Amino acid sequence: MAAEAKTKAAVVAGGTKKAGAFNRFDNPWLNWKFLAGVSILGIIFFLIFLGNTFWDTSLALNASAPLNLPPYGMEYQKGKNNILVGVPEHPLGTENSGRDMLALLIVGTPRTLGVGAIAASVGMLVGIFLGFLAGFLGGWIDDVIRLATDITITIPSLLVLIVIQSVLGSVDLITMALLISMFAWATPTRYIRAQVLTMRESGYVQMARLSGVPTRNIMFREIMPNLLPYLAASYIGNMTGAIISAVGLEVLGFGPQRIPSLGVAIFFSIEAAALLRNMWWWWGIPTVILAIVFIALLLINLGLDEIANPRLRKAN
Amino acid sequence: MGGLSLNYIMRRLLVFFLTLWVAATLIFIIPRLAPGDPITAMVARMSQQAGFVENADLIIEGWKERFGLNDPVYVQYLRYMGNLLRFDLGLAMARFPSPVSQLVSRALPWTIGLVGIATLIFFTVGNLFGALLAWTKTPKLVKVLIPMSMIFTSIPPLLAGLLLVYIFGFLLDIFPQAYAYHHSFRQPEFTLKFIGSVLHHGFLPAMAIVLVTFGYWALGMRGMMVTIEGEDYMILAQAKGLKPFYVLYRYMIRNAILPQMTALAVSIGTLVGGSVLVEVIFNYNGMGTLIFTAIREQDFNLIQGTSFILIVTSALAVLIIDLSYPLIDPRISLEGK
Repeated sequence: MAAEAKTKAAVVAGGTKKAGAFNRFDNPWLNWKFLAGVSILGIIFFLIFLGNTFWDTSLALNASAPLNLPPYGMEYQKGKNNILVGVPEHPLGTENSGRDMLALLIVGTPRTLGVGAIAASVGMLVGIFLGFLAGFLGGWIDDVIRLATDITITIPSLLVLIVIQSVLGSVDLITMALLISMFAWATPTRYIRAQVLTMRESGYVQMARLSGVPTRNIMFREIMPNLLPYLAASYIGNMTGAIISAVGLEVLGFGPQRIPSLGVAIFFSIEAAALLRNMWWWWGIPTVILAIVFIALLLINLGLDEIANPRLRKAN
Repeated sequence: MGGLSLNYIMRRLLVFFLTLWVAATLIFIIPRLAPGDPITAMVARMSQQAGFVENADLIIEGWKERFGLNDPVYVQYLRYMGNLLRFDLGLAMARFPSPVSQLVSRALPWTIGLVGIATLIFFTVGNLFGALLAWTKTPKLVKVLIPMSMIFTSIPPLLAGLLLVYIFGFLLDIFPQAYAYHHSFRQPEFTLKFIGSVLHHGFLPAMAIVLVTFGYWALGMRGMMVTIEGEDYMILAQAKGLKPFYVLYRYMIRNAILPQMTALAVSIGTLVGGSVLVEVIFNYNGMGTLIFTAIREQDFNLIQGTSFILIVTSALAVLIIDLSYPLIDPRISLEGK
């Protein structure tokens, strides 16, 4: 009898193992969108690392290079008889106040991404806390949190941030990130609450509750692991939003002025009418870098969506 | 509309008024949280720029008296709220003595027009593309072309605006680079020529919003459609032998569009923020450009007033979407009966 049970167990185990082997190439994390997005971000970080090692980043400061040089190998007609030629010392050119564009990118890109990461992290932590609280406890706590979320989402955050920053003037990036995070909690809260509400009614949670598992353990041991892909997707979406807010504020002139981030570079170029002066590299290169970052984040987000939602996966 | 549940309307109205109250209070508190008061700060900035301001103390005292900053805070707050209720936003400091409300009322229609038309386009195109992406009867070629058109999705409209104005405004020179209408018109008029000019000027800013936004809606719609395709009533519809187009429209799109409407209400805030920045790029005659110039002129009153009115407008848009939601989803109106 015992032997029979053993063989039965072995068969079941073998069966699942076989299915596992069959599914090895079906691993949801081997999603091309997710991998492509992660690779693009990885390449950007690697280039930043290379740049920090091999390039003089102090060239990102004011007046450290000749003015208005185009990228290497290009010519730029400034005035009637004044043709500026790009030099290899400044391969991506320089701008109006003598900043080397390459150094600016090396310094500015991680700063821009950093603002997004900080704001999204703070927003996410608050969102997880409030989302679980609202979804799990319900009652008047849920009502209050839902109301606060609805209000925060309705208010265009950029406008309140503009009002705050017009009082504070230009602030450092950490302060800016914290200001942005004041609005970055609402979307994750709403999202997580909805997910928790669905999960709360699912079989395994009911089972755990019937078995007398403490609420805290149900939240963090039972529900949280299942939420991870959703949380990751929400985090990436939040980060995209935070970077968009940061770039927006910077383009309006509220960013740190001494060592610019990408948005500040665009602000300077708009102030100096770089568009009309055909200095495309000045605003164009930061814009393209930002665009690549956003596309990478979107790809990661779409990938995570498909990882979390098998139906979307099947549709491909 | 008779079926609209009172509960639903009351909750939406509560959110609307609370939003206005929170926004107004935030705008009131923020400048007072900063060290010093706005007037001293303004004069300090002026003296920083000019090096020296004559009779700075007298100016500060005079303005404080004029704006009632010497009164207790609760008196200031009540007066401020009272003024807002009458849409009295005070005077623009840098463009004295134009009232803020006058500047705003000139700029607001342009912003509403721009954002409204852009929203109409990206919502329609996005949902249509999303539905086509998921539909089994869509031609292969279309299924390849649509994802390719979505490459710009998730880039902020501001950056798309920069690229568009450079390519189509500067290099190709087929669209104007700035303003909402040609400068030969002194003021808006109701002629065909003027409307043509407005469309010509508005095309690029609207495209800057549409190009980077419709992909989101296509993706959301596709997700919803995929979920719906697995539902039992779809099998029933097929078994009934209904025409594919009828199934697509009546069974799929009508069900999938509901969450999209909710998502639209949620995204209004982001949308307005994005269009403010697009206006800055195109120097459009709307609220965004007004805020930008106010920031440059450090006209705090104007920044406050413009922001507040834009927040009111967004909240109103959300309210309208929320209240029209039961019209397309009969289930909501039955709730609470």
